[in-house]
Formats: sequence, structure tokens, C-alpha cells
Amino acid sequence: MIEIHNIHKSFNGKTILDGISGVFETGKTNLLLGASGTGKSVLLKCIVGLVKPDIGSVTFDGTYFTNNKLDIRQEIRRKIGMLFQGSALFDSMTVEQNVEFPLKMLTDMNKSERMDRVNFCLQRVGLENANNKMPSEISGGMKKRVGIARAIAPNCTYLFCDEPNSGLDPQTAITIDELIKEITHEYNITTIIVTHDMNSVIEIGDKIFFLYKGKKLWEGTNDNIMDNQIPELQDFIFANRLMRDAKKVEDERDR
Amino acid sequence: MLQHFGKYLLFLKSLFARGESSNIIFKRTIDEAILIGVNSIVIVAIVSTFIGAVTCVQVAYNLDNAFIPRSTIGFMVREMTLLELAPTITSIVLAGKVGSSIAGGLGTMQITEQVDALEVMGINSASYLVLPKILASLLVFPMLVILAMFLSIAGGYVAGTLSGELTAQEYTSGIRGDFIPYNIVFALIKSVVFAFLISSIASFRGYNTSGGALEVGAASTTAVTNSVIAVLIADFICAQLLL
Ligand SMILES: Nc1ncnc2c1ncn2[C@@H]1O[C@H](COP(=O)(O)OP(=O)(O)OP(=O)(O)O)[C@@H](O)[C@H]1O
Ligand SMILES: [Mg+2]
Repeated sequence: MIEIHNIHKSFNGKTILDGISGVFETGKTNLLLGASGTGKSVLLKCIVGLVKPDIGSVTFDGTYFTNNKLDIRQEIRRKIGMLFQGSALFDSMTVEQNVEFPLKMLTDMNKSERMDRVNFCLQRVGLENANNKMPSEISGGMKKRVGIARAIAPNCTYLFCDEPNSGLDPQTAITIDELIKEITHEYNITTIIVTHDMNSVIEIGDKIFFLYKGKKLWEGTNDNIMDNQIPELQDFIFANRLMRDAKKVEDERDR
Repeated sequence: MLQHFGKYLLFLKSLFARGESSNIIFKRTIDEAILIGVNSIVIVAIVSTFIGAVTCVQVAYNLDNAFIPRSTIGFMVREMTLLELAPTITSIVLAGKVGSSIAGGLGTMQITEQVDALEVMGINSASYLVLPKILASLLVFPMLVILAMFLSIAGGYVAGTLSGELTAQEYTSGIRGDFIPYNIVFALIKSVVFAFLISSIASFRGYNTSGGALEVGAASTTAVTNSVIAVLIADFICAQLLL
């Protein structure tokens, strides 16, 4: 369980996060939902400590993180798997070496155990034949998937994914969503996913936090997100026609 | 300026804060050393050969006096090479070559969040990425300087004899006369000092890049100018202290 309390962050006098609190439960896929530029990535970085919040605190399973000693923070970080919005693959290493890297650094598996795990993870994200390619030789969507494979390779306790399925075709996007949901439930991971994909919201939104202009406007689940009475969230959800039509049909049926 | 220097010192300190196991650092150092060596050996070879050749021809031109033995030319080429040309010119060339590549590489890793990715894994990115580069430079720079010494003296030999300024015997007797072994020690000490300055300043500049591709370019340029200035100042201080 990850708890965040009253997180504030501003860059050059511009407030990005304006007092966000919340609890991300273990074994659930927690979604951070919000429009582009609302500070979702910044919040994720505040939680893992890559960005230092101006005010506020983060605790991982009861252990205070934000301003704690470096070795305690590193201890927690070794249990974190993270997918960055831009994938952040190590560009001097092949796909295989990228996925192997955290295993090499964080576990004491031997070479053949590591390779088994690497191939297993690459297969889970649907990349069987890319082992020896360099990151510069693969597509954006493939990079995303390698990033996910790297994040889940060591059995992490906390998983953070910044837009895991942006840039993927609908089918692969669903596969990735399912994968994240599956491992979250199977290994009882605390997962936080940044997204603006309504499909993911409906498919895997065990818990949903809606951010708007630096504040948390709504929290709930995929079951009750359609019933919300927040105009900003309504606008967000029903921005596309398909969703509007779906709602119309539902409303008519209710009547 | 003073603020930058303070940050630089803090950066150096951070390299040693809870780093990775020495085994990993050692492997990474060897990889980096091979990279630095392979990438710079050709340019160092070309530059030092020509510097030796030019020095020989110009000294010969200046010593056009019947009372000075021709072997003095060889002697002067050797002295200039060992004391100044090989360590300092090589280091300035390497500041351009190695310094810019270190700063560019680290800068790119920083802006594409690769450094963040290391940090999130609980790895001390400064020590994992930077320490091996500095150690590798400390290892490889002196080797390159020794190579530069040989090639520079050989370049002088070729230029001197081919241009007919002096005979092979005169040149060899010149480079063997009044030899002071300490000069070699001095040159190697200098090369180690320069290696440290170049690699650490370039790492500092690259590691602290933020923004985009434009800033990476700027970081590379600053890394080179800063480290060249640092090398020249250190050159002067070394000469004052050690000679
Ligand atoms: N290091 C930084 N320095 C200054 N401003 C920043 C920095 N990082 C983020 N910002 C600003 O914070 C705001 C939120 O950025 P963030 O990347 O969190 O958005 P986001 O919600 O993830 O959007 P998207 O869905 O497009 O990824 C942006 O206006 C951005 O300009
Ligand atoms: Mg983002």
C-alpha cells in the first residue's frame, strides 16, 4: 500500500500539484487519470522520489519515504518497477540486455536463470524476436513493451507505469493492460498506472483517481465512474463520440 | 563561478555515496577504458606524430648556427615532447574527443530519463555511470601520453632526416643525451591530473544537463571549454610545484 499525503509541487512559481492525497491499495491497479499537462507524470515522479515534492509525504507499506535516509530510499526503490513515459531504455544496450539489466543488478540469479526470465518477460509483451536489436532500431510501441518487460522482470512489489499503452494499436494495448492487471492480481503488487485511455479505465480501473489542474477531483472505481457528477470528469470521459453514443444508449434504456 | 565549483565538489562527493559493488565498477571501468582507448588512439597518433615533425623542423630552422651541434635539435624535440607537448597537447585533444563524448553521452541519458531509470532501480547513478569513466580515463590517458611521446619523437626523426636538416646519428645522439628520467614521471603525473580534470568536469557538465537536445549540445561545448582551461591552469601549477 502506498499512501501519499498533501503533495505540493511547483516549477518556477507555477503550481503543478496542489495538495494531492490518496491511498493506492495493494493488489489493485490504481489509475491516475487526467488531461495532458495536469501533472500525472510529475506526481508519479514525486512518489518514487525522482522529483522532490515541495510539501507532502509518501509512505510505502508504512515506511516513510520522501525525506528518509538515502539507503532506506534505495532499499524501497529496489522493489520498484517503473515504465517511463518515453520508455527510457538504455540506448547502449540491446533489448535483451535492457531487460536483463535489473536482474543483474538487483537479484543473484545466474546467467541462464536470467535469460529464461528475460525471454519469458519479452514473450509476455509479445516481443519474441527482438532480443538482439538496439533500442534505436525498434518502433516506439516496441520500446514501450521492452520498457514494460524491463519493469516487470525483477519481481517487483510496486509497479509504476506512465502511459503503458499510448502509441500501441488497440489490440496490443489491451494485451498490455491485461498483462499489467494479471501480474498485479497474481503477485499482489501495488500498481499505479498513468493513463488517459478510457478503454483502460473500463478494463482495469480497480481504483481511479481523476486529477484536474493539480487537484484530485474524484476517486472511485470503473464500476461507478460513469455515475459521477463532476462536470470536468464528464467532459473528460465523454470527449469522444463513441463514449457519448454509448451514454445516450444507456440513458435511453434507463428511461 | 564559485557556486559551480561548490556544486562540482558535491558532485564528486556523490560518486562515493553508497555505490555499487567494486566488481561491477571494475567491469564497467574496463569497458569504458577500451572505449576511450579505441576511440582516441588514431587522433592521438596523428596529432603527436605531426607535432613532433613540426617541432623538429622549426627547431632546426631556429638553430641555424654553425656553433651549435645539430644533435641539439634532437635533444630539444625530446625535451619539448616529454615535458609539454605529449602530456598537454594530447590531453587537450582528449578534452575535445573524450570530454565531449562523456558530456554528450551522460547528457543524453539524463534528458531521456535513462538516469532516472537507474535511480528508480535503487542504483546510485552517479557512481555507476561516472566513476568508471573517471577511473578509465586515469588508466588510459597515461598510456596514450606514452604513445604520443614515442610517436612525436619518431615524427621528429622522420621529418628531420627526410628534410635533410640533420642525420639519423645526430638525431639519435640528441635524443639520448642528458636524459632526465624524472621528466617522464613528471609527464605521467600531469597526464593523470589532466585525466581526472577532463573526465570529472565533462561528467559534471553532462550529468547536470536538463532540457532537450539543444542543452546536450551546450553541455558538450561547455565541457570541452571548461576542461581545456582547467588543463592549462593545472599545467602551470604542476610546472611550478613539480619542476
Ligand atoms: N522538470 C520540470 N521543470 C519545469 N516544469 C515541468 C517539469 N516537469 C514537468 N513540468 C511541467 O509540469 C506540467 C505537468 O507535466 P506532466 O509531464 O506531469 O504532465 P502529464 O499530466 O504527465 O501530461 P501527459 O499526459 O501529456 O504526459 C507541465 O506543464 C510541464 O510543463
Ligand atoms: Mg505524462
